[in-house]
Amino acid sequence: MTALAERLRQVAGPVLAFGWLAAFFGLPFAIVLKISLSDPATALPPYTPVLDWEAGIAGWANLLAALDFENYRTLVRDPLYLDAALTSLAVAAGGTALLAVIGYPIAYAMARAARRWQPLLVALMVVPFWTSFLIRVYAWIAILKGDGFLNRALLALGLIDQPLAILNSPAAVMVGVVYAYLPFMVLPLYAALERLDRGLIEAARDLGASRLGAFLSITLPLSLPGLVAGALLCFIPIVGEFIIPDLLGGADTLMLGRVLWSEFFSNRDWPLASAVAMAMLLLVALPVVLFREAEARRLEREP
Amino acid sequence: MHPLARIALALGLAFLYGPILLLVVYSFNESRLVTVWGGFSTRWYAALLADSALVAATTVTLKVALASASLATVLGTLAAFALDRRRLPGRPLLSGLVYAPMVMPEVITGLSLLLLFVGLGIDRGLVTIVIAHATFTLSFVAVVVQARLRSIDRSLLEAAADLGAPPEQVFFTVTLPLIAPAVIAGFLLAFTLSMDDLVIASFVSGPGATTLPMRLYSQVRLGVTPEINAISTLLIAAVSLGVLAASLIAARRGRAAGVPV
Repeated sequence: MTALAERLRQVAGPVLAFGWLAAFFGLPFAIVLKISLSDPATALPPYTPVLDWEAGIAGWANLLAALDFENYRTLVRDPLYLDAALTSLAVAAGGTALLAVIGYPIAYAMARAARRWQPLLVALMVVPFWTSFLIRVYAWIAILKGDGFLNRALLALGLIDQPLAILNSPAAVMVGVVYAYLPFMVLPLYAALERLDRGLIEAARDLGASRLGAFLSITLPLSLPGLVAGALLCFIPIVGEFIIPDLLGGADTLMLGRVLWSEFFSNRDWPLASAVAMAMLLLVALPVVLFREAEARRLEREP
Repeated sequence: MHPLARIALALGLAFLYGPILLLVVYSFNESRLVTVWGGFSTRWYAALLADSALVAATTVTLKVALASASLATVLGTLAAFALDRRRLPGRPLLSGLVYAPMVMPEVITGLSLLLLFVGLGIDRGLVTIVIAHATFTLSFVAVVVQARLRSIDRSLLEAAADLGAPPEQVFFTVTLPLIAPAVIAGFLLAFTLSMDDLVIASFVSGPGATTLPMRLYSQVRLGVTPEINAISTLLIAAVSLGVLAASLIAARRGRAAGVPV
């Protein structure tokens, strides 16, 4: 009896946790896929259900007959969606590269700081992460707008004669992306650099390597897992970013997250919004798979 | 530290904190012009209290955050224990299920959950936001707790079992106190993530369930105002106090748990 109770207890926890995730994270994707294949309708909910659960075998036959790729064809045909996808990828790739270039020196400096300062520095990196994303992006509107702090400062210094039109431009989106995601790049990089055995660098230097040589042959390769983790933590959410392009970007910085939002909330075209979601999922699935592989390898190496 | 490293750190921190600092300072600006200083004033804070829709949205947000963070803490801790097992059938799939919600673009999570709720005929409102928030925040709890589980000394658990403690007693007197700082940190993380979420809540909320970020967003779209600066400052202050309290608790509990018995 107690053995049975013990087994039940052991099974109940995982079943509850994974069952919840399967029901509220896994299952919804199947529904998105299904609805992306149905036709829009001016009803509530605004789509024609493809599968009628009560109809049994006939329902399944109808399902196969009713499936069409109309929404996906729209995505490919209408240049709007292709543009949005390319802009998303460009902003995510460019932003991630910029984050790596800016984040690396910061993470490196953190790892080289005195031991007793490091917890404080990590905390200072983490606090912005706890602060509202919306507020942090909003703070940049006052800085970048026509009569904002940046233009006022530049005008006062005599560096420009005319205010720069930065807000509502791709540059503003880039600034927002780098600002909002900097901790996601710095923290994994710091974790990798902090673990690095300094003896290796000293050995390389003793054997005649230059500072740069030691960095390129020891530090950089050993911090690569951190760089990869940071890049994925930034790249994937940026592809689907909505708040930053919406608040800081102009009409020309149309990204997938914004397209999905407007298809859903403004046009009420749920099937097309679902198709956009599936396309976006495809774009980010590859990096996720690669990340999982890298994580698995890392965990194997250090049990 | 190398001078260049010092400069990199200083610039990085200035970049991270400068915009927030500007926002906080200008929330105390007398002038309605948000980028021109017109003297110190707290009038915008007084204006907040008179805004009943804002107060209502804050109440909704706190309710949702409390409920979803509690749920996420229980489910996330269970997931962490499951992932910590040496033998777990289907581990790659299950760990993927736990980690994926953290990186999934919010628009996808929001849309897919909404379609699920509509498909099941569940009315949208407070409950659907709680379910949605618990789902994406439980992953963060699981990661924090799992990291702690990996670092605890297994011999303590074995010793308790060898001395005749039944599994429940081992769990409540040894394991739980050891992982408590991580569980508390996980709860606070889930709470702030829920309070902060705009995108997912916008998809799954219904009439009458407007959260604070949703309310803020509808105002932010119209431009920068001193009122938004004031409410943002209050939120930042609340979060900073919370993080400070959490790290103090974690530090004290960590020391207490680290004392050899």
